[in-house]
Amino acid sequence: MPASEALARARADAADLAAQPARMEVRELNAHFGVVHAVKDVSMPIPEKRVTAVIGPSGCGKSTFLRTLNRMHETVPTARISGTVLLDGQDIYAPAVDPVSVRRHVGMVFQRPTAFPTKSVRGNVAAGLGVLRSVGERVDVDERVEEALRRAALWDEVKDRLDVSALELSGGQQQRLCIARALAMNPGVLLLDEPTASLDPLSTEKVEDLVRQLREDITVVMVTHNMEQAARVSDQTGFFLHGELVELSPTSQLFTRPGDTRTEAYITGRFG
Amino acid sequence: MVDEILAGPPGEAEGPPVEPAQPRVGIHGGGFGDRIYSGVITLSALCVPALLLLIFWVITKAGWLALHTFGFGFLTSSQWDSVKQQYGAAPALYGTLVSSFVALVLATPLALGVAIFLSEFAPAWLRRPVAFLVDLLAAIPSVVYGLWGIFVLVPFLRSWVMPFLRDTLHLGATPFFSGPAYGPSMLAAGVILAIMILPYISAVSREVLMAVPRSQREAALALGATRWEMLWGAAIPFARSGIAGGVILGLGRALGETMAVTMVIGNRQEIATSLFAPGYTMASLIANQFTEATSDLNLSALMAVGFVLFVVTLLVNAGARWLVWRTSLETSI
Ligand SMILES: Nc1ncnc2c1ncn2[C@@H]1O[C@H](COP(=O)(O)OP(=O)(O)OP(=O)(O)O)[C@@H](O)[C@H]1O
Ligand SMILES: [Mg+2]
Repeated sequence: MPASEALARARADAADLAAQPARMEVRELNAHFGVVHAVKDVSMPIPEKRVTAVIGPSGCGKSTFLRTLNRMHETVPTARISGTVLLDGQDIYAPAVDPVSVRRHVGMVFQRPTAFPTKSVRGNVAAGLGVLRSVGERVDVDERVEEALRRAALWDEVKDRLDVSALELSGGQQQRLCIARALAMNPGVLLLDEPTASLDPLSTEKVEDLVRQLREDITVVMVTHNMEQAARVSDQTGFFLHGELVELSPTSQLFTRPGDTRTEAYITGRFG
Repeated sequence: MVDEILAGPPGEAEGPPVEPAQPRVGIHGGGFGDRIYSGVITLSALCVPALLLLIFWVITKAGWLALHTFGFGFLTSSQWDSVKQQYGAAPALYGTLVSSFVALVLATPLALGVAIFLSEFAPAWLRRPVAFLVDLLAAIPSVVYGLWGIFVLVPFLRSWVMPFLRDTLHLGATPFFSGPAYGPSMLAAGVILAIMILPYISAVSREVLMAVPRSQREAALALGATRWEMLWGAAIPFARSGIAGGVILGLGRALGETMAVTMVIGNRQEIATSLFAPGYTMASLIANQFTEATSDLNLSALMAVGFVLFVVTLLVNAGARWLVWRTSLETSI
């Protein structure tokens, strides 16, 4: 791709991102574990119906940052947090906000599959639905389960085995099961923490397809160690280093003309 | 030598690679001692099942006369008469099973509550002291429980709990809570046993709950579960076979417990459906009558009761273990 074309594309992407309303917005966010300052002064808009990738070396605070977006960070006893995280303009850390309701709107999939071992495939996908019903939402469980499994590209593989234990699925299938479990809740935002770290290339491809598809309806924030993956699926990419957000740019720009020498060093593999 | 090992694999170590002959000296140097050691270990490991078989054999042999004389009737007859030389263990068998069952029904929810409180809800500073106090319940000698039972529990049951159950709650209409409230009773035995087995069930449940991986809890929370929903939807299901193991441990204790039960159960050779009526257990029957056994048949009958208790305990344990195994198979990692 000639340089001028790349430049034009990066410009167009930047304009597109700017045009998109912010589904979430992070302002001057700091997160601690005891004395460890894991996320430092991060500010970042998260545009609606776009995929935001978070990259950076191990231990730089990517997971911690992600976990501040649905208030999972505070479940760690030593955790502290300051700053603002807006979801649809409302601060999720406001005193009146119940973290439980935040997590219903902002779904999360962890790095390693966390299927519930005592539940069946169906039971796993439906695990959160009881919660929805308890708040008065009407849900048809079978319908939701099928829809979520289809979206997670798992339906064809498990449709005849809905009642077997989730542990009978392969690791990659379990990870997609966890994605289906999160999707069954119909979240507006989905947080993915290295969702393909334990997957084979084929499953990885399926998950990437899924992310591209999800982009039609929901907002996705995805941590990844795989820069090609970030380049393939994301619209904007944030580069973290030692807890700081070094750079946030349209993906097409960050990987071709990084705005910071540290970003450049990282993506060209000189450290990390 | 040690330095060389610490230096890592020979390829990375500086200087000449470690000669294979050198470590071999180390491995074979203590060969003789090792063999003796492993021999001793194997022997002591074999001692335990051997001891079990020996006890089983001795009891069976000693109880054979009674088992042979009364046959299956030994388990169904309620007569225990050393004058007529008629012995039947039905009331004691019934009492052992019922008192243990009552104890489990009372202790399991309570113990689980304690375990859940300690592992999930108690502030950190409260956990250790409360856990310690609960564990301390297991350290109280059985006879002390018995004394407390006689002077505190039995009067309390007689004047408050029994009238309350029978009259206020109108449970007197059912056969289980009817009849006069003497005090010493199957209920008293069940309550004492419940207190005695509570620390075992709660300690095991607490440990297995605390061992539930963080990732499982987080997975539930991330779905928008409240702490309570996370507990019932993820943590307890994950821990359930371990909790069942704790309950079995408690059951084993309850079946064999002797002293405290003897002191509060009333020691009467009769099967009564009412929990307010006195009863007997196999363990207390043996303890009470052993010194007074007058004849060979009497002694043999007591041994036979011991045999039945042994078999019941084995069966209950095996059955419960099988249950745990089944559930853990369904859910194995
Ligand atoms: N539960 C915890 N308690 C204390 N410190 C923690 C905890 N979790 C993470 N940290 C610390 O916070 C910092 C950021 O960790 P985090 O898990 O966010 O890194 P990461 O970028 O996700 O790394 P990776 O790519 O390896 O997953 C690290 O220094 C880590 O040691
Ligand atoms: Mg991480």
